[in-house]
Amino acid sequence: MTQLPTHTDKKLGLAIDLDTCVGCQACVTACKGWNDQGYGAALSDQNPYGADPYGTFLNRVHSYQVQPDIGAAQIINFPRSCLHCEDAPCVTVCPTGASYKRTEDGIVLVNEDACIGCGLCAWACPYGARELDQAAGVMKKCTLCVDRIYNENLPEEDREPACVRTCPTGARHFGDFADPDSKVSKLVAERGGYDLMPDLKTKPTNKYLPPRKKDIPQEASLLAPLLDIQATGFAGWLDKVLGKLG
Amino acid sequence: MNAPVINTSPAVSDEVRKTTCYMCACRCGINVHMKSGKVSYIEGNRDHPVNKGVLCAKGASGIMQVTAPSRLQQPLRRVGPRGSGAFEPISWDEALELAVSWMKPLRETAPEKLAFFTGRDQSQSFTGWWAQAFGTPNYAAHGGFCSVNMAAGGIYTIGGAFWEFGQPDWDRTKLFVMFGVAEDHDSNPIKMGLGKLKARGARVIGVNPIRTGYNAIADDWYGITPGTDGLLILSLLHCLLQAGKVDLDYLARWTNAPLLVNATEGPEKGLILKNAESQPFVIDKRTGAPAPWDGKGVQPDLGATWQGHRTVFQHMAERYLSPDYAPEAVATRCGIPAARIRALAAELADVAFNQAIEIKQPWTDFRGDTHKTMLGRPVSFHAMRGISAHSNGFQTARALHLLQIVLGTVETPGGYRFKPPYPKPVEAHPTPHFVTAPGKPLSGPHLGYVRGPEQLALKDDGTPARIDKAFTWENPFSAHGLMHMLIPNAHAGDPYRIDTLFLYMANMAWNSSMNTTKVMQMLTDKDADGEYIIPRIIYCDAYASEMVAYADLILPDTTYLERHDCISLLDRPISEPDAAGDSIRWPVTAPDRDVRGFQSVLLDLGARLGLAPMVNPDGSAKFKDYADYIQNHIRRPGVGPLIGFRGADGDQEGRGDANPAQIAAYIENGGFYQAHVPQEGRFFKPWNMAYQNWAVQTSFYESPQPYLFNIWSEPMRKFQLAAEGHGPIQPPDHLRARLIQAMDPLPVWYPPFGDLEASGWGYPVHALTQRPMDMYHSWGSQNAWLRQIRGRNFLYVPTKIWEAESFKDGDYARVSSPNGGITVPVAHMAALNENTVWTWNAIGKRKGAWALDDDAPEANQGFLLNHLISELLPEKGDGMRYSNSDPVTGQAAWFDLRVRIENVGPKDHATPDFAPIPRVVPQGKDRA
Amino acid sequence: MKPAPSVILFTVLSGMGFGLLAFLGAGFVQPVGWLAFFHWGLGYGLAVGGLAASTFHLGNPQRALKAFTQWQTSWLSREAWASVLTLVLLAPVALSDWLGLGWPRVTGLIGAVACFGTVFTTSMIYAQIAAVPRWNNWTVPAMFVSFELTGGALLSGQVLPALIGCSALILALYAHKTKGDVAFAKRGQTLGKATGLDQVGSATVFEQPHTSPNYLMREMIYVVARKHIARLWPIAFGAAAILPAVLVVLLPYHLLTFALAALIHLMGAAASRWLFFAQAEHVVGLYYGQR
Repeated sequence: MTQLPTHTDKKLGLAIDLDTCVGCQACVTACKGWNDQGYGAALSDQNPYGADPYGTFLNRVHSYQVQPDIGAAQIINFPRSCLHCEDAPCVTVCPTGASYKRTEDGIVLVNEDACIGCGLCAWACPYGARELDQAAGVMKKCTLCVDRIYNENLPEEDREPACVRTCPTGARHFGDFADPDSKVSKLVAERGGYDLMPDLKTKPTNKYLPPRKKDIPQEASLLAPLLDIQATGFAGWLDKVLGKLG
Repeated sequence: MNAPVINTSPAVSDEVRKTTCYMCACRCGINVHMKSGKVSYIEGNRDHPVNKGVLCAKGASGIMQVTAPSRLQQPLRRVGPRGSGAFEPISWDEALELAVSWMKPLRETAPEKLAFFTGRDQSQSFTGWWAQAFGTPNYAAHGGFCSVNMAAGGIYTIGGAFWEFGQPDWDRTKLFVMFGVAEDHDSNPIKMGLGKLKARGARVIGVNPIRTGYNAIADDWYGITPGTDGLLILSLLHCLLQAGKVDLDYLARWTNAPLLVNATEGPEKGLILKNAESQPFVIDKRTGAPAPWDGKGVQPDLGATWQGHRTVFQHMAERYLSPDYAPEAVATRCGIPAARIRALAAELADVAFNQAIEIKQPWTDFRGDTHKTMLGRPVSFHAMRGISAHSNGFQTARALHLLQIVLGTVETPGGYRFKPPYPKPVEAHPTPHFVTAPGKPLSGPHLGYVRGPEQLALKDDGTPARIDKAFTWENPFSAHGLMHMLIPNAHAGDPYRIDTLFLYMANMAWNSSMNTTKVMQMLTDKDADGEYIIPRIIYCDAYASEMVAYADLILPDTTYLERHDCISLLDRPISEPDAAGDSIRWPVTAPDRDVRGFQSVLLDLGARLGLAPMVNPDGSAKFKDYADYIQNHIRRPGVGPLIGFRGADGDQEGRGDANPAQIAAYIENGGFYQAHVPQEGRFFKPWNMAYQNWAVQTSFYESPQPYLFNIWSEPMRKFQLAAEGHGPIQPPDHLRARLIQAMDPLPVWYPPFGDLEASGWGYPVHALTQRPMDMYHSWGSQNAWLRQIRGRNFLYVPTKIWEAESFKDGDYARVSSPNGGITVPVAHMAALNENTVWTWNAIGKRKGAWALDDDAPEANQGFLLNHLISELLPEKGDGMRYSNSDPVTGQAAWFDLRVRIENVGPKDHATPDFAPIPRVVPQGKDRA
Repeated sequence: MKPAPSVILFTVLSGMGFGLLAFLGAGFVQPVGWLAFFHWGLGYGLAVGGLAASTFHLGNPQRALKAFTQWQTSWLSREAWASVLTLVLLAPVALSDWLGLGWPRVTGLIGAVACFGTVFTTSMIYAQIAAVPRWNNWTVPAMFVSFELTGGALLSGQVLPALIGCSALILALYAHKTKGDVAFAKRGQTLGKATGLDQVGSATVFEQPHTSPNYLMREMIYVVARKHIARLWPIAFGAAAILPAVLVVLLPYHLLTFALAALIHLMGAAASRWLFFAQAEHVVGLYYGQR
């Protein structure tokens, strides 16, 4: 099972818009909340009120400072979770077959009943997508809310990952990258969506939409004074201004 | 391949209960999923007007709030010295009788000796009503230390402000400019709005010293010097006026620009000129003669001069055309190059005037003139605490509204839109009531909008009637009170001593006070007789905050999922521009402790005190609990706390009799109700008769209230006149100059008070706080999920200072202000105004509070800036110490803070490092 | 990477154990009776003990048997098979030696080869991980096998193989260190590249996603004890290879000489293995601005 499928019918994943993410952490706790009670073992927290609380989260939002060659420094918020790679190294290293990539939709999952908690898959993942739950001793990772997206107990509009449903700015888009007409495929095409660390040849499904160019002045030409107020005085200005009303 | 078979359609929960979030003040709708009688998952309610399904990091962590170990368990009575943590559990009966035994004698002799302040209360129309029935003038919530400048500046100018009052037309705006917006108020709606703009590729500009959060995604960033936003805005006005890029038609029709300013020397000078019927009037361009301001077909002349009296428009234009406001003249102070200011003005004008939009919707204005379409100027703005928490914040808020008005964007498509019950001009608001009589209720609501000196809350001898000195010459328009002055004034006995301090949900012994160390001392100080200077403190909260230890009597509240609440249109509603809205909370889960909802407790106390509106003729309690009140209280005939499902059959909207099944109907409806504005009434609301008539029908007004926007503020001019020596009610001499400056009837900019003096004394750096999007004040620390994300804070230092002080990661800084010093960890931030440092608000905790370990990062590396901020400004030449507040509204000037920074190298904890506060609940262990 | 004691113990002990078993299986020493029991026992003990130690870090060791299922893709699964097959292959020779059964030694020879195969599979568990550039090269199997050779030779008292092992080990350690020291840089990954933000400008961390530690940081961003690195490398070279070689040459050929050399080698191996983990930087650290 740790053999990767040669082909998946769909390539479900997320397009994350770095131009829109404000770094609010909403997706982080929505994910925590859903998966604490959803697929597999709960996401435990050790020492939750102590000096060093330590819990399992499947989605984390970084915040970077970027200095362009010209112009002011920027802050860019950067959500990071499983990218559901086509060539997922986390899957092939698994000794028990617990890690696998679904043929039907490409979701990378952990069958927790088979997981021995060796941690090798987390080592193999370049993106830090996997966290070993300290209470359950099994590897946890983003399931793309596999227990939501097909869930017939949920209204159709809610059949999307919890992080996408909750994102207040709509910076997270869910869809099928195998379908060139899907919303996510189009967004990637329009906005130049990119892969993380493509040289590692993991072929991530999730894409990041880059921040748009910032601090570029608009084209509006500077306002020309109506007239030389110093010369005409206020009365001249007033006449000129109100003359326009006519 | 034999992948395991997984259940992709598991049952999500046994039941979904729809209520309202309270993880901050946003009041989003939430779906609370229940499994086996326990809360299992919380998500946003898709149907809810505020959040439309989305939910923030706090809201989605609510489940950890309901199970937090910091929850108070039962009523407690202090048995040792105050602050020692020695409490004994008592029954609710004992607790309530004790409270009554303290309050009843006060009511019968001197009701003002009870000071009742309610912090982050979301039921102010109820708590205010209670305080009014009790008869004390000393009631307010936390607006005074929060954002009253923004609220009052807006009401006095356009009859509304941002957040609950109004918002950008997110669907149509093409250019959105945020001033000083941190992630503080209206958080999900702003994020959703930004998301809409980004999806459309609309342009977003941030004006903020700090480029985080919303400003991080702004297409352009103006890293302004704190406290100079007003100057920048007035310079933008200068550019627009100079180029004639102002909406003259809009100004002539909908603002007081064409009204005449009395030029006659004397007590009327500067007031709006009135006719014999005491009505303002305009000069009609068609005739050149005076005409009624609201006359049909009248074409007001903005350029008129009549008998020497000139229009407001001319006064305004002349003021801002002055070279003093030229970009070149303000650039250095604002920290923004003149060319950038000119570019911003050009962008505003380009979008407002070259990219105007139109909706084909005919409408009729209050003059009876009809309009075929609705012309929109798709520029919009938003601002909150960043500009308002300065001592020039009121005038800055006014300036921003003036900018909106001049561009003709307010209430037009693509611009700023009111949310019902707003627009609501000053005239539609009450004035303050404060006169006390033993055993009697107050004659009206405490808080209101002052129109002139005669409405100040002064006693006959001219001394303040209120303990917080709201509505006095020091801060005449203090529409939200001054909660930050409550404890210092009560401690100083100035204007008088009080007996019982009754506080709800306000962490005054920590992050909600300026000068925290001093305030803690004030709470425990004794007078010469060995009595506490503040003799009694009753505190009500759900959690073991830093404040709890200082109470004499603790009334434990429920969490937000265990209570009834109503988010009322009488109070701070959750409307949208196209619909009035209100909502409820209801107990989706039952408390597992001996706690009671605060509002129910207040009703019980009111009945035991025999307060008239809370008892039946036979003396029995009129309301069983808060739910009973929500359904059955009648504020005005036909008007109660909720507008939906009124009348015996539950089919009336806005007005109607009480409905005993109203809460059930709200629950059925998802916890909220919306009354939709008719299509024709959706824009130009202050002047649109379709809206005005609907507003009357829906109970916001008793009659239509069309009005003109106040570019020139007559109430302000009245205070200037008094300060100039006119009129019977006169300010103290030492305040005259300050009043003349601050109460300018046209928006004005002056340097923030604290700023001016402190910089001269060697405190060159501005210091700010921002609220993170994932924490709400103190509450986040007790949340097992949120505190993992943000369990400590750093002082963010700009590159210039970072390099000058040779800071390295791991270093601490000594940060000093005129009020003291703190030692705190630093981190570098380049995307920051070069003279500004900042940190996240209220991450620092006192050891022993919130059921956290004494070694928790919040209590060791975490810190507050509050220690650096005094509630009083340093002594001036005249020996006076003024409050560190806006001189118009009394808003706490948190962001005026100036500091000095020194590198003190690596340390392992921040200072001041207080001794642990005695625990009132045990330290939390595992997650529930 | 976190230098977990269980994993250090596992790799070092099992490596030595399989080394000793290889020498026994190949017949370099052919003890008889109880001496054979102790020799084989030591080999089996180290190999099995090491394997047992490796289960200490498992979250659910009770399911360890499932690790045999994925030999087609997983080096860890292959290692499980290889170690069990090797131990089974060698069992007849071990029994024969102990009980004097005189069975043919051919399975011993195959087993000896399998011992090296087993350690090779162990090394590939690390060497396959592209996310850890320091590991992702041939020097890892070279080093592991050299350790096996040296450890086995010392434990079985073989002078020439020990000297060959020590020499190979010096070369392998040197290659691993020098190649490893530049591996991360050579991969060319930076924070800017890992996030794609180098399109915008030069990127640094503003705020971490969480102020509390998490699994990734504790497991893969092990930066705490890097200050010991400079001191530990000479110890690794000296104790693992140079000193044992010197001892074996200079001291009389005696059980104690080899016991001492093996013990010193063990310490060196542990130091080198600690460095193997502690110095290994996982690319996920880039996201945290830490390596």
